[in-house]
Amino acid sequence: MDHNTDISAPHSMGTTIIGVTYNGGVVLGADSRTSTGVYVANRASDKISQLTDNVYVCRSGSAADSQIVSDYVRYFLHQHTIQLGQPATVKVAANLVRLLSYNNKNFLETGLIVGGWDKYEGGQIYGVPLGGTIVQQPFAIGGSGSSYLYGFFDQAWKEGMTKDEAEDLVKKAVSLAIARDGASGGVVRTVIINSEGVTRNFYPGDQLPLWHEELESHNSLLDILGAPEPMSI
Amino acid sequence: MGSGADSERTLYPYVTGSSVVAIKYKDGILMAADMGGSYGSTLRYKSIERLKPIGKHTLLGASGEISDFQEILRFLDELILNDNMWDDGNSLGPKEVHNYLTRVMYNRRNKFNPLWNSLVIGGVKNGQKYLGMVNMIGINFNDNHVATGLGNHLARPILRDEWNENLTFEEGVKLLEKCMRVLLYRDRSAVNKIQLK
Repeated sequence: MDHNTDISAPHSMGTTIIGVTYNGGVVLGADSRTSTGVYVANRASDKISQLTDNVYVCRSGSAADSQIVSDYVRYFLHQHTIQLGQPATVKVAANLVRLLSYNNKNFLETGLIVGGWDKYEGGQIYGVPLGGTIVQQPFAIGGSGSSYLYGFFDQAWKEGMTKDEAEDLVKKAVSLAIARDGASGGVVRTVIINSEGVTRNFYPGDQLPLWHEELESHNSLLDILGAPEPMSI
Repeated sequence: MGSGADSERTLYPYVTGSSVVAIKYKDGILMAADMGGSYGSTLRYKSIERLKPIGKHTLLGASGEISDFQEILRFLDELILNDNMWDDGNSLGPKEVHNYLTRVMYNRRNKFNPLWNSLVIGGVKNGQKYLGMVNMIGINFNDNHVATGLGNHLARPILRDEWNENLTFEEGVKLLEKCMRVLLYRDRSAVNKIQLK
Protein backbone atom coordinates (compact mmCIF):
# COMPACT_ATOMS: atom_id res chain seq x y z
CA MET A 1 0.00 0.00 0.00
CA ASP A 2 2.76 2.42 0.87
CA HIS A 3 5.66 3.26 -1.38
CA ASN A 4 8.69 1.19 -0.54
CA THR A 5 11.00 3.41 -2.56
CA ASP A 6 14.62 3.37 -1.55
CA ILE A 7 14.97 6.11 1.00
CA SER A 8 18.33 7.48 -0.05
CA ALA A 9 20.71 7.66 2.87
CA PRO A 10 21.13 11.22 4.12
CA HIS A 11 24.03 13.23 2.73
CA SER A 12 26.84 13.30 5.20
CA MET A 13 27.66 16.90 6.12
CA GLY A 14 31.24 17.85 6.89
CA THR A 15 30.87 19.29 10.36
CA THR A 16 30.06 18.63 13.98
CA ILE A 17 27.49 20.93 15.57
CA ILE A 18 25.86 20.68 18.99
CA GLY A 19 23.26 22.63 20.96
CA VAL A 20 22.55 21.90 24.62
CA THR A 21 20.12 23.45 27.11
CA TYR A 22 21.14 23.88 30.71
CA ASN A 23 19.60 25.31 33.81
CA GLY A 24 19.37 28.95 32.71
CA GLY A 25 20.26 29.03 29.02
CA VAL A 26 21.89 27.20 26.16
CA VAL A 27 25.39 26.29 24.99
CA LEU A 28 26.10 25.98 21.27
CA GLY A 29 29.25 24.30 20.00
CA ALA A 30 30.90 23.50 16.67
CA ASP A 31 34.17 22.48 15.05
CA SER A 32 35.90 24.80 12.58
CA ARG A 33 36.67 22.77 9.47
CA THR A 34 35.27 23.66 6.05
CA SER A 35 36.22 21.10 3.43
CA THR A 36 35.90 21.01 -0.36
CA GLY A 37 36.29 17.33 -1.12
CA VAL A 38 39.49 16.25 0.63
CA TYR A 39 41.03 19.72 0.88
CA VAL A 40 40.42 21.79 4.00
CA ALA A 41 39.40 25.15 2.62
CA ASN A 42 39.14 26.90 5.98
CA ARG A 43 40.53 25.40 9.19
CA ALA A 44 39.27 28.15 11.45
CA SER A 45 35.77 28.88 10.27
CA ASP A 46 33.02 30.15 12.52
CA LYS A 47 29.98 27.96 12.12
CA ILE A 48 27.97 29.61 14.86
CA SER A 49 26.28 32.64 13.34
CA GLN A 50 24.32 35.34 15.08
CA LEU A 51 20.69 35.84 14.14
CA THR A 52 19.74 38.34 16.86
CA ASP A 53 21.19 39.49 20.16
CA ASN A 54 19.73 36.48 21.88
CA VAL A 55 19.52 33.81 19.14
CA TYR A 56 22.37 32.06 17.35
CA VAL A 57 22.42 29.27 14.79
CA CYS A 58 24.88 26.40 14.20
CA ARG A 59 25.31 25.73 10.50
CA SER A 60 26.12 22.41 8.82
CA GLY A 61 25.93 21.03 5.31
CA SER A 62 26.62 23.18 2.31
CA ALA A 63 28.42 26.30 3.49
CA ALA A 64 26.74 28.44 0.82
CA ASP A 65 23.23 27.21 1.57
CA SER A 66 23.58 27.56 5.33
CA GLN A 67 25.04 31.05 5.00
CA ILE A 68 22.29 32.31 2.71
CA VAL A 69 19.56 30.86 4.93
CA SER A 70 21.03 32.47 8.04
CA ASP A 71 21.46 35.78 6.18
CA TYR A 72 17.80 35.81 5.12
CA VAL A 73 16.62 34.84 8.60
CA ARG A 74 18.78 37.57 10.16
CA TYR A 75 17.21 40.10 7.77
CA PHE A 76 13.63 38.98 8.48
CA LEU A 77 14.25 38.82 12.22
CA HIS A 78 15.65 42.32 12.23
CA GLN A 79 12.48 43.63 10.61
CA HIS A 80 10.36 41.53 12.95
CA THR A 81 12.16 42.92 16.01
CA ILE A 82 11.55 46.48 14.87
CA GLN A 83 7.86 45.81 14.29
CA LEU A 84 7.45 43.83 17.52
CA GLY A 85 9.26 46.38 19.67
CA GLN A 86 11.07 43.74 21.73
CA PRO A 87 13.59 40.94 21.17
CA ALA A 88 12.33 38.14 18.92
CA THR A 89 11.66 34.78 20.56
CA VAL A 90 13.76 31.72 19.77
CA LYS A 91 10.65 29.96 18.48
CA VAL A 92 10.07 32.65 15.84
CA ALA A 93 13.68 32.47 14.71
CA ALA A 94 13.54 28.68 14.46
CA ASN A 95 10.30 28.78 12.50
CA LEU A 96 11.72 31.28 10.01
CA VAL A 97 14.61 28.90 9.47
CA ARG A 98 12.12 26.06 9.04
CA LEU A 99 10.07 27.98 6.46
CA LEU A 100 13.09 28.62 4.27
CA SER A 101 14.36 25.07 4.63
CA TYR A 102 11.00 23.46 3.96
CA ASN A 103 9.85 25.60 1.07
CA ASN A 104 13.16 25.19 -0.72
CA LYS A 105 13.81 21.63 0.24
CA ASN A 106 14.61 20.58 -3.32
CA PHE A 107 17.44 23.08 -3.59
CA LEU A 108 18.97 23.33 -0.14
CA GLU A 109 21.31 20.97 1.63
CA THR A 110 21.71 22.32 5.11
CA GLY A 111 21.01 21.16 8.62
CA LEU A 112 20.77 23.84 11.30
CA ILE A 113 20.54 24.02 15.06
CA VAL A 114 18.89 27.18 16.38
CA GLY A 115 19.56 28.06 20.00
CA GLY A 116 18.90 31.06 22.20
CA TRP A 117 17.30 32.58 25.24
CA ASP A 118 14.14 34.65 25.55
CA LYS A 119 12.23 35.91 28.56
CA TYR A 120 9.15 33.77 27.92
CA GLU A 121 10.53 30.25 27.62
CA GLY A 122 14.14 30.65 28.76
CA GLY A 123 16.81 28.65 26.94
CA GLN A 124 15.58 26.61 23.97
CA ILE A 125 17.19 24.49 21.25
CA TYR A 126 15.43 23.71 17.96
CA GLY A 127 16.82 21.26 15.40
CA VAL A 128 16.00 21.94 11.74
CA PRO A 129 17.48 19.03 9.77
CA LEU A 130 17.40 18.38 5.99
CA GLY A 131 13.86 18.61 4.69
CA GLY A 132 12.67 21.33 7.03
CA THR A 133 11.31 19.38 10.00
CA ILE A 134 11.38 21.43 13.20
CA VAL A 135 11.99 19.62 16.48
CA GLN A 136 12.43 21.25 19.87
CA GLN A 137 14.87 19.21 21.96
CA PRO A 138 16.76 19.52 25.25
CA PHE A 139 19.90 18.90 23.18
CA ALA A 140 20.59 18.55 19.47
CA ILE A 141 23.51 17.24 17.43
CA GLY A 142 24.12 17.60 13.72
CA GLY A 143 26.61 17.22 10.92
CA SER A 144 28.67 14.24 9.84
CA GLY A 145 30.52 14.15 13.14
CA SER A 146 27.29 13.74 15.05
CA SER A 147 27.08 10.06 14.02
CA TYR A 148 29.82 9.39 16.53
CA LEU A 149 28.05 11.20 19.32
CA TYR A 150 24.63 9.54 19.58
CA GLY A 151 25.90 6.94 22.01
CA PHE A 152 27.94 9.48 23.94
CA PHE A 153 24.97 11.75 24.53
CA ASP A 154 22.65 8.87 25.37
CA GLN A 155 24.99 8.18 28.25
CA ALA A 156 26.40 11.56 29.26
CA TRP A 157 23.38 13.86 28.94
CA LYS A 158 21.38 14.80 32.02
CA GLU A 159 18.69 17.37 32.79
CA GLY A 160 19.44 20.50 34.80
CA MET A 161 23.20 20.83 34.27
CA THR A 162 25.05 23.96 35.30
CA LYS A 163 26.57 26.31 32.76
CA ASP A 164 30.05 24.89 33.25
CA GLU A 165 28.89 21.27 33.09
CA ALA A 166 27.05 22.02 29.87
CA GLU A 167 30.00 23.76 28.26
CA ASP A 168 32.30 20.93 29.33
CA LEU A 169 29.94 18.41 27.80
CA VAL A 170 29.85 20.31 24.51
CA LYS A 171 33.64 20.73 24.43
CA LYS A 172 34.16 17.03 25.14
CA ALA A 173 31.62 15.97 22.54
CA VAL A 174 32.96 18.13 19.72
CA SER A 175 36.51 17.02 20.42
CA LEU A 176 35.42 13.35 20.41
CA ALA A 177 33.77 13.85 17.05
CA ILE A 178 36.82 15.65 15.68
CA ALA A 179 38.94 12.67 16.78
CA ARG A 180 36.96 10.26 14.63
CA ASP A 181 35.38 12.26 11.83
CA GLY A 182 37.65 13.27 8.97
CA ALA A 183 35.30 16.04 7.94
CA SER A 184 35.47 17.73 11.36
CA GLY A 185 38.54 19.38 12.78
CA GLY A 186 40.34 22.52 13.78
CA VAL A 187 39.28 24.27 16.95
CA VAL A 188 36.21 24.04 19.13
CA ARG A 189 34.07 27.16 19.33
CA THR A 190 31.32 27.55 21.89
CA VAL A 191 28.66 30.20 22.43
CA ILE A 192 26.80 30.45 25.73
CA ILE A 193 23.49 32.33 25.74
CA ASN A 194 21.50 33.15 28.86
CA SER A 195 19.60 35.97 30.50
CA GLU A 196 22.81 37.87 31.14
CA GLY A 197 23.95 37.85 27.54
CA VAL A 198 26.25 35.99 25.18
CA THR A 199 29.75 34.60 25.74
CA ARG A 200 31.94 33.32 22.93
CA ASN A 201 34.73 30.88 23.71
CA PHE A 202 37.49 29.33 21.68
CA TYR A 203 39.44 26.16 22.47
CA PRO A 204 42.43 25.18 20.35
CA GLY A 205 43.65 21.59 20.21
CA ASP A 206 46.00 21.82 23.15
CA GLN A 207 43.21 22.84 25.49
CA LEU A 208 41.07 19.81 24.66
CA PRO A 209 41.19 16.40 26.37
CA LEU A 210 43.14 13.60 24.70
CA TRP A 211 41.41 10.47 23.49
CA HIS A 212 42.46 6.94 22.52
CA GLU A 213 45.72 6.77 20.57
CA GLU A 214 46.18 10.52 20.64
CA LEU A 215 49.48 11.96 21.80
CA GLU A 216 50.22 15.21 23.53
CA SER A 217 51.12 17.89 21.05
CA HIS A 218 54.48 19.61 21.05
CA ASN A 219 55.99 22.32 18.91
CA SER A 220 58.81 20.07 17.79
CA LEU A 221 60.14 16.56 18.22
CA LEU A 222 63.34 18.15 19.46
CA ASP A 223 61.59 19.36 22.60
CA ILE A 224 61.07 15.82 23.83
CA LEU A 225 64.18 14.14 22.48
CA GLY A 226 66.81 13.72 25.17
CA ALA A 227 70.47 13.01 24.31
CA PRO A 228 70.55 10.91 21.17
CA GLU A 229 71.29 7.25 21.96
CA PRO A 230 74.41 5.70 20.47
CA MET A 231 73.72 3.37 17.55
CA SER A 232 74.14 -0.29 18.33
CA ILE A 233 76.01 -2.27 15.74
CA MET B 1 8.69 13.77 -18.48
CA GLY B 2 10.91 15.28 -15.85
CA SER B 3 13.12 17.29 -18.20
CA GLY B 4 13.67 20.83 -16.99
CA ALA B 5 10.96 20.51 -14.36
CA ASP B 6 13.44 19.86 -11.58
CA SER B 7 11.70 21.95 -9.00
CA GLU B 8 8.56 19.88 -9.40
CA ARG B 9 10.14 16.46 -9.38
CA THR B 10 9.30 13.95 -6.72
CA LEU B 11 11.22 14.49 -3.57
CA TYR B 12 12.55 11.83 -1.26
CA PRO B 13 11.87 11.77 2.45
CA TYR B 14 14.47 12.70 5.05
CA VAL B 15 13.04 12.40 8.55
CA THR B 16 10.38 9.72 8.58
CA GLY B 17 7.93 8.24 11.03
CA SER B 18 7.04 4.55 10.94
CA SER B 19 3.64 2.86 11.21
CA VAL B 20 0.37 4.12 12.66
CA VAL B 21 -2.32 1.62 13.74
CA ALA B 22 -5.93 2.48 14.54
CA ILE B 23 -9.17 0.66 15.39
CA LYS B 24 -12.82 1.43 16.04
CA TYR B 25 -14.00 0.24 19.42
CA LYS B 26 -17.34 0.31 21.23
CA ASP B 27 -17.20 3.98 22.26
CA GLY B 28 -15.02 5.47 19.52
CA ILE B 29 -11.57 5.30 18.02
CA LEU B 30 -8.19 4.21 19.32
CA MET B 31 -4.99 5.16 17.54
CA ALA B 32 -1.37 4.29 18.28
CA ALA B 33 2.01 5.24 16.86
CA ASP B 34 5.55 5.19 18.14
CA MET B 35 7.41 8.43 18.79
CA GLY B 36 10.39 7.85 16.54
CA GLY B 37 11.75 9.96 13.68
CA SER B 38 14.27 8.07 11.55
CA TYR B 39 16.91 9.78 9.48
CA GLY B 40 17.80 7.14 6.90
CA SER B 41 18.85 4.18 8.98
CA THR B 42 19.63 6.21 12.11
CA LEU B 43 16.93 6.37 14.78
CA ARG B 44 17.53 10.06 15.25
CA TYR B 45 14.54 11.53 17.12
CA LYS B 46 12.71 9.69 19.84
CA SER B 47 10.08 12.14 21.02
CA ILE B 48 8.17 13.14 17.92
CA GLU B 49 4.40 13.27 18.36
CA ARG B 50 2.81 11.70 15.32
CA LEU B 51 -0.75 11.74 16.64
CA LYS B 52 -2.43 15.15 16.83
CA PRO B 53 -5.97 16.24 17.62
CA ILE B 54 -7.73 18.26 14.93
CA GLY B 55 -10.64 20.42 16.02
CA LYS B 56 -13.07 18.86 18.47
CA HIS B 57 -13.81 15.55 16.85
CA THR B 58 -10.77 14.19 15.06
CA LEU B 59 -7.38 12.56 15.53
CA LEU B 60 -4.75 12.64 12.83
CA GLY B 61 -1.89 10.16 12.73
CA ALA B 62 0.90 10.32 10.18
CA SER B 63 3.76 8.22 8.95
CA GLY B 64 6.32 9.32 6.38
CA GLU B 65 8.14 12.65 6.08
CA ILE B 66 7.72 14.63 9.29
CA SER B 67 8.23 18.06 7.71
CA ASP B 68 5.30 17.38 5.36
CA PHE B 69 3.20 16.29 8.33
CA GLN B 70 4.03 19.54 10.10
CA GLU B 71 2.91 21.42 6.98
CA ILE B 72 -0.35 19.44 6.84
CA LEU B 73 -1.00 20.41 10.46
CA ARG B 74 -0.67 24.05 9.47
CA PHE B 75 -3.16 23.63 6.58
CA LEU B 76 -5.60 21.98 8.97
CA ASP B 77 -5.07 24.72 11.53
CA GLU B 78 -6.22 27.25 8.95
CA LEU B 79 -9.15 25.05 7.96
CA ILE B 80 -10.36 24.65 11.53
CA LEU B 81 -9.83 28.33 12.25
CA ASN B 82 -11.92 29.39 9.27
CA ASP B 83 -14.58 26.91 10.27
CA ASN B 84 -14.71 28.33 13.79
CA MET B 85 -15.02 31.84 12.38
CA TRP B 86 -18.43 30.96 10.99
CA ASP B 87 -19.53 30.52 14.60
CA ASP B 88 -22.56 28.60 13.44
CA GLY B 89 -22.55 25.76 15.92
CA ASN B 90 -21.26 23.30 13.34
CA SER B 91 -17.76 21.93 13.40
CA LEU B 92 -15.71 19.86 11.00
CA GLY B 93 -15.77 16.16 11.80
CA PRO B 94 -13.47 13.31 10.79
CA LYS B 95 -15.29 12.65 7.50
CA GLU B 96 -14.82 16.24 6.42
CA VAL B 97 -11.17 16.33 7.47
CA HIS B 98 -10.58 13.06 5.61
CA ASN B 99 -12.16 14.44 2.47
CA TYR B 100 -10.15 17.66 2.65
CA LEU B 101 -6.90 15.80 3.09
CA THR B 102 -7.72 13.40 0.26
CA ARG B 103 -8.16 16.35 -2.09
CA VAL B 104 -4.93 17.95 -0.91
CA MET B 105 -2.91 14.75 -1.25
CA TYR B 106 -4.33 13.81 -4.64
CA ASN B 107 -3.83 17.26 -6.11
CA ARG B 108 -0.23 17.39 -4.93
CA ARG B 109 0.34 13.95 -6.47
CA ASN B 110 -1.03 15.22 -9.78
CA LYS B 111 1.48 18.05 -9.73
CA PHE B 112 4.32 15.58 -9.10
CA ASN B 113 4.99 17.25 -5.76
CA PRO B 114 3.50 14.87 -3.19
CA LEU B 115 3.32 15.26 0.53
CA TRP B 116 5.25 12.15 1.47
CA ASN B 117 2.88 10.83 4.11
CA SER B 118 0.34 8.12 4.87
CA LEU B 119 -2.34 9.59 7.08
CA VAL B 120 -4.86 8.00 9.41
CA ILE B 121 -7.92 10.07 10.28
CA GLY B 122 -10.23 8.92 13.04
CA GLY B 123 -12.93 10.44 15.18
CA VAL B 124 -16.46 10.51 16.50
CA LYS B 125 -19.11 13.09 15.63
CA ASN B 126 -22.69 12.96 16.79
CA GLY B 127 -22.13 9.43 17.99
CA GLN B 128 -20.93 8.26 14.60
CA LYS B 129 -17.49 6.66 14.54
CA TYR B 130 -15.25 7.16 11.52
CA LEU B 131 -11.84 5.77 10.65
CA GLY B 132 -10.12 6.45 7.35
CA MET B 133 -6.78 6.49 5.61
CA VAL B 134 -5.22 8.49 2.79
CA ASN B 135 -1.71 8.12 1.39
CA MET B 136 0.68 10.14 -0.73
CA ILE B 137 -0.76 9.01 -4.05
CA GLY B 138 -4.30 9.81 -3.03
CA ILE B 139 -5.61 6.33 -2.29
CA ASN B 140 -8.23 6.69 0.39
CA PHE B 141 -10.79 4.52 2.12
CA ASN B 142 -12.39 3.95 5.48
CA ASP B 143 -12.63 0.77 7.48
CA ASN B 144 -12.98 -0.69 10.99
CA HIS B 145 -9.23 -0.95 11.40
CA VAL B 146 -6.41 0.69 9.43
CA ALA B 147 -2.64 0.80 9.50
CA THR B 148 0.17 2.44 7.53
CA GLY B 149 3.52 1.17 6.37
CA LEU B 150 4.72 -2.08 7.81
CA GLY B 151 1.67 -2.02 10.06
CA ASN B 152 -0.38 -3.14 7.07
CA HIS B 153 1.61 -6.34 6.89
CA LEU B 154 2.22 -6.94 10.56
CA ALA B 155 -0.69 -5.45 12.46
CA ARG B 156 -3.72 -5.86 10.19
CA PRO B 157 -3.63 -9.69 10.20
CA ILE B 158 -3.78 -9.54 14.00
CA LEU B 159 -6.62 -7.05 13.81
CA ARG B 160 -8.54 -9.08 11.23
CA ASP B 161 -8.38 -12.01 13.57
CA GLU B 162 -9.11 -10.34 16.89
CA TRP B 163 -11.20 -7.25 16.15
CA ASN B 164 -14.91 -7.15 16.87
CA GLU B 165 -17.61 -4.49 17.03
CA ASN B 166 -17.84 -4.43 20.78
CA LEU B 167 -14.30 -4.03 22.05
CA THR B 168 -14.15 -2.24 25.36
CA PHE B 169 -11.58 0.47 25.96
CA GLU B 170 -9.29 -1.91 27.83
CA GLU B 171 -9.56 -4.64 25.20
CA GLY B 172 -8.88 -2.10 22.48
CA VAL B 173 -5.82 -0.73 24.22
CA LYS B 174 -4.49 -4.24 24.79
CA LEU B 175 -5.04 -5.09 21.13
CA LEU B 176 -3.20 -1.98 19.94
CA GLU B 177 -0.39 -2.60 22.40
CA LYS B 178 -0.05 -6.10 20.99
CA CYS B 179 0.25 -4.65 17.48
CA MET B 180 2.83 -2.09 18.59
CA ARG B 181 4.87 -4.80 20.27
CA VAL B 182 5.00 -6.86 17.08
CA LEU B 183 6.02 -3.75 15.17
CA LEU B 184 8.80 -3.09 17.65
CA TYR B 185 10.09 -6.61 17.15
CA ARG B 186 9.89 -6.67 13.40
CA ASP B 187 10.17 -3.09 12.12
CA ARG B 188 13.70 -1.79 12.26
CA SER B 189 12.59 1.82 12.33
CA ALA B 190 10.36 1.40 15.38
CA VAL B 191 11.30 2.84 18.77
CA ASN B 192 10.04 1.72 22.13
CA LYS B 193 8.15 4.87 23.10
CA ILE B 194 4.54 5.08 21.92
CA GLN B 195 1.61 7.48 21.82
CA LEU B 196 -1.86 6.02 22.22
CA LYS B 197 -4.93 8.24 21.95
